[in-house]
Amino acid sequence: MFYREAGQYKTTYAADMAVFPIRQDRIGLAVILAIAFIGIPLIGNDFFIATVMIPFLVFSMAAIGLNILTGYTGLISLGTAAFMGVGAYSCYKLTTLFPGVNIIVLMLVSGLFSAAIGVLFGLPSLRIKGFYLAVATLAAQFFLQWCFVRVPWLFNYNASGAIEVPQRDLFGIAVTGPAALPETRYFVCLGLVVVLTWFASNLVHGRLGRSWMAVRDMDIAAELMGIKLLNTKLIAFAVSSYFAGVAGAMMIFLWYGGGEANDVFTIRLSFNILFMVIIGGLGSLIGSFFGAAFIASLPTILKFGLPALGVPLSGAAAEHVTFMLVGALIIIFLIVEPHGLARLWQIGKQKLRTWPFPY
Amino acid sequence: MSDIATRPAPNLLANGWVKAGLILVAVVVLAIVGAKLDGSGTLYAVLIDPFQQMVTAPDLLVQTIWEGLVSGVLYALIALGFVLIFKASGVFNFAQGIMVVFAALTLVGLHEKGVPAFLAVILTLGVMFVLAVTIERVVLRPLVNQPDIILFMATFGITYFLIGFGEAVFGGSPKQMITEQLYLPKGAIDAKILGGFVSFQKIDIAAAIIASIMIAALALFFQYTRIGRALRAVADSHKAALSVGISLNQIWVIVWFTAGIVALITGIMWGARSDVSFALEIVALKALPVLILGGFTSIPGAIVGGLIIGIGEKLGEFYWGPLIGGGIESWLAYFIALGFLLFRPQGLFGDKIIERI
Amino acid sequence: MKKTNLMKGAALGALLAAGAAVAPASAQDSVYFANNAYRTGPFSGSGIPIGDGMRDYITMINERDGGVNGVKVVYEECETGYDTKKSIECYEQAKSKNTIVYSPWSTGATLAAIPRAHIDKIPILSMAYGLSASADGTNFPWVFIPPMTYWDGASIMVRHMAAELGGMDKLKGKKLGLIHLDAPFGKEPIPVLENLAKKYGFELKLYPVAAADMQNQGSLWLSIRRDRPDYLYNQGWGAMNPTAVKEAIKNNFPINKLVGVWWAGGDDDARAGGAEAKGYKSLNFNAAGQNFPVVQDILKYVVEKGKSTTPKEKVGENLYNRGVYNSMLVVEAIRNAQKLTGKKVVNAEDMRRGLESLNVSEARLKEIGMGGFATPTTISCTDHSGHSKAYVAEWDGTKWTQKGDWLEPLKDEVRPLIEANAKDYVEKATGWPKRTEPCEKSS
Repeated sequence: MFYREAGQYKTTYAADMAVFPIRQDRIGLAVILAIAFIGIPLIGNDFFIATVMIPFLVFSMAAIGLNILTGYTGLISLGTAAFMGVGAYSCYKLTTLFPGVNIIVLMLVSGLFSAAIGVLFGLPSLRIKGFYLAVATLAAQFFLQWCFVRVPWLFNYNASGAIEVPQRDLFGIAVTGPAALPETRYFVCLGLVVVLTWFASNLVHGRLGRSWMAVRDMDIAAELMGIKLLNTKLIAFAVSSYFAGVAGAMMIFLWYGGGEANDVFTIRLSFNILFMVIIGGLGSLIGSFFGAAFIASLPTILKFGLPALGVPLSGAAAEHVTFMLVGALIIIFLIVEPHGLARLWQIGKQKLRTWPFPY
Repeated sequence: MSDIATRPAPNLLANGWVKAGLILVAVVVLAIVGAKLDGSGTLYAVLIDPFQQMVTAPDLLVQTIWEGLVSGVLYALIALGFVLIFKASGVFNFAQGIMVVFAALTLVGLHEKGVPAFLAVILTLGVMFVLAVTIERVVLRPLVNQPDIILFMATFGITYFLIGFGEAVFGGSPKQMITEQLYLPKGAIDAKILGGFVSFQKIDIAAAIIASIMIAALALFFQYTRIGRALRAVADSHKAALSVGISLNQIWVIVWFTAGIVALITGIMWGARSDVSFALEIVALKALPVLILGGFTSIPGAIVGGLIIGIGEKLGEFYWGPLIGGGIESWLAYFIALGFLLFRPQGLFGDKIIERI
Repeated sequence: MKKTNLMKGAALGALLAAGAAVAPASAQDSVYFANNAYRTGPFSGSGIPIGDGMRDYITMINERDGGVNGVKVVYEECETGYDTKKSIECYEQAKSKNTIVYSPWSTGATLAAIPRAHIDKIPILSMAYGLSASADGTNFPWVFIPPMTYWDGASIMVRHMAAELGGMDKLKGKKLGLIHLDAPFGKEPIPVLENLAKKYGFELKLYPVAAADMQNQGSLWLSIRRDRPDYLYNQGWGAMNPTAVKEAIKNNFPINKLVGVWWAGGDDDARAGGAEAKGYKSLNFNAAGQNFPVVQDILKYVVEKGKSTTPKEKVGENLYNRGVYNSMLVVEAIRNAQKLTGKKVVNAEDMRRGLESLNVSEARLKEIGMGGFATPTTISCTDHSGHSKAYVAEWDGTKWTQKGDWLEPLKDEVRPLIEANAKDYVEKATGWPKRTEPCEKSS
């Protein structure tokens, strides 16, 4: 009824090929952005913003990165957390070496370091495929994690071995460091995520994205069609690690605010991000957001939300129930829709198109 | 449709990217070596000193290899659980690690409740069977014919569930493995050889023997029984197996149950070496390099891979680890596996990957 | 669809807002104390007894005395599973519920909370864990690390070694090995041990254990066999400790030369080695066992009345008693804060003052039924640790017993290091707030 494209005529090829060809979708996007930029800071309290929204945005960014590699190019990686770590440590080194440079610029630059490391560890992808490659990327995970502990230069020889996030201001407002308000950090996160998602969207809808998908669907066929496998795969690794790196920098600088970083970028995080991508929907940008919400935010919401609703659960028992519930939900969602939450979303939209008179 | 299995490997060096990458690797290596190059001579420390140590203290070399052998066997045991399931159902079972913990916890937990040790073993096997049936019914059957990665994801759901369930039932505190009650030997045999002593733990010897027996039994089972043949048929092709009347569902239950038995034995052995707690789950990750080294589909591969990784990482850590501060064991295994993979992308014993267009 | 999504979002937001807004019920005559617990996850073996001890002591105070001077302590655990991500959530929750003190219970959580706490003005009580440098009260007015830091512990280890060898001068030429978790927590004692090694002429050997290899220490112990250190100090945690004890026995390392930091002194850690673990040592600053009036009171008012989930035989275990000790510090600090401010219901700022002039004397310990349970601890404006004494406990096969005297840390060595590191920390963290809080006159 409301969601019809009837009457929307496309007069140019470009309009027909637009990412959001339907007007309602564009309105919907605007509404979501409005909620994100205005609604949530207005109605959410500090607790909600700091423990749900910021982590959600950070994980969405990382999931988009991995989705480019796994969902669009078909290369499974279990080293995402390590690449995030590279971003975080680069950002820390950069901001301590060049304290005057704008921290947001440094976050974006630190992704480049991560991209370089990603390309290096992406080299085996030429010979190795599937789960074999996944385990090969574990080499990156464990080696880099070891470096984070063992190379004191990375954390400026701090006795505690931890990263201490210094305060950095933007227009006189603290953006990082303990004095930064959750709202400020949220806006910075949101800005980065929106801009980089737009960038990713343009990449995957363009020539590069198409060659990625060709490689994913069948790399030999893609090669025969003249797509250079090496370049395509390595660029996928680079772009993916870039996103991961920025996400890592956001994670430490805007969310954790310092601490034991080697303890953060563990194999468990790598797995979690892979699961966000799968649950959300492989090869779907919006799926990355759904996946992040499901895997990262759902346990938090259950943990703090259930007691608030009066469910008499606490401490260890609640944790056990949360674990079981999340496990069961993962299985249920996979059974209902193996192609991820993104597909459910699409189905929902399709149903809505024909509502209330389905044919 | 042409078979291009014999396609020659592309000349990687012809590509600028690879060259650049190799140069980068070389620079990094040189930088690390260079950073350590001081009066004592790094090259000496890397290339000569370890071998001198091996010659001058052969007892330590023997001990290192023995340690490597034992941990290799234990890695192989975990890898075996993965391989069994991957072979028969194409599922990369992320839950194998937690199954090890869960089986060991059930055993110890039952014994704590006053069940005699061997009855507890039987009951634990019963629990693992129920688990296998449940997983088949609830998870695998509705997800039949889905891509590998979806099934992989589903096993993550199982992991989450089992963590919560296991802790809710048995509590999170670490427990002692009931080695004595199971008549597992204790103590060590100290052999005085080569001008020193080498100590063989009886429990390690037992682990090696039990693992060998189990692997032999599995091999016989696969080779000579009806179910074994059916399993191999399923591993070759699901559709062909179905068409000759093999029940996939039944096979899956059997495979998951077998993996459960393997998990229980692994749990007992690892539990005897330290204790039974949820931290054991991490050890299961060690099976991953073994898997890629040996190939996902090969039982001999899991064993040989386990031994190579076990011995390789122990030797590496013991003789070369101190040069860069130690603790390299955590990633050395993956690099060993990666080195092998670059020459055999399907692992040492894995099925040759044939790609068709 | 868009609409439903919007509604879902709003509902969710409302739900969470509600979740955070549910403050402790009727704050009239109670204070809220948030504690991070880890009864799940790989470290739960230590987390459960600690959490039990902390909870039971507070319950006992509420049951027996009706609270602290009539003010009930609302104790709430937030489950972290020893995971830094979850502990940050727990911190945010504790903050939104106006906790009077935050007890992070992991080094990672402490490091993440320290900068925030100085802005949010919430005192952190990290009892003998966390950042050693935070013992410098001038730079860290909101962090408290009684009764000692890891650096004190390492120096006590050296003193213990010297005592067994027959004097500090006998240390020359000896070898001390440090087995440590390869993470900031494990690496803590290294700087102080390096200094002491230089000063007394002994050799320090490091044996790092990666977190993934906690239960897989084979090659590390081979290196120990090769190097033959005279003593081993174990800065270990969780599943790493029982494995270390077992490996020491396996490799014929004299078990009585293996000394753990206080976190390696759980009953389960030693029990893993069986009869041969007899002689395993660990540093300790609280006594184990049930033979103290305070533990008897917990049994009487809490456990036997069924107000606790702790099994009776677990009461009095080493880590349980350590939890009791931690809660005692909180309760004494509340009492002190009440005395200083004259208010009954204290807030976080009062609590900081209470902690800063906390003086748990010998007489006071006796009064609260803890004579011989611990040594007196005095916290001052500059010294947020107290650098109290510890003793070496020995495992006798079934329980921990005190072996030797209470040893004082080498404060002259530790203190300059703490101050230098605190200065370094503050300089690196630009915009670190200068201390504005006035000092209390010590009572």
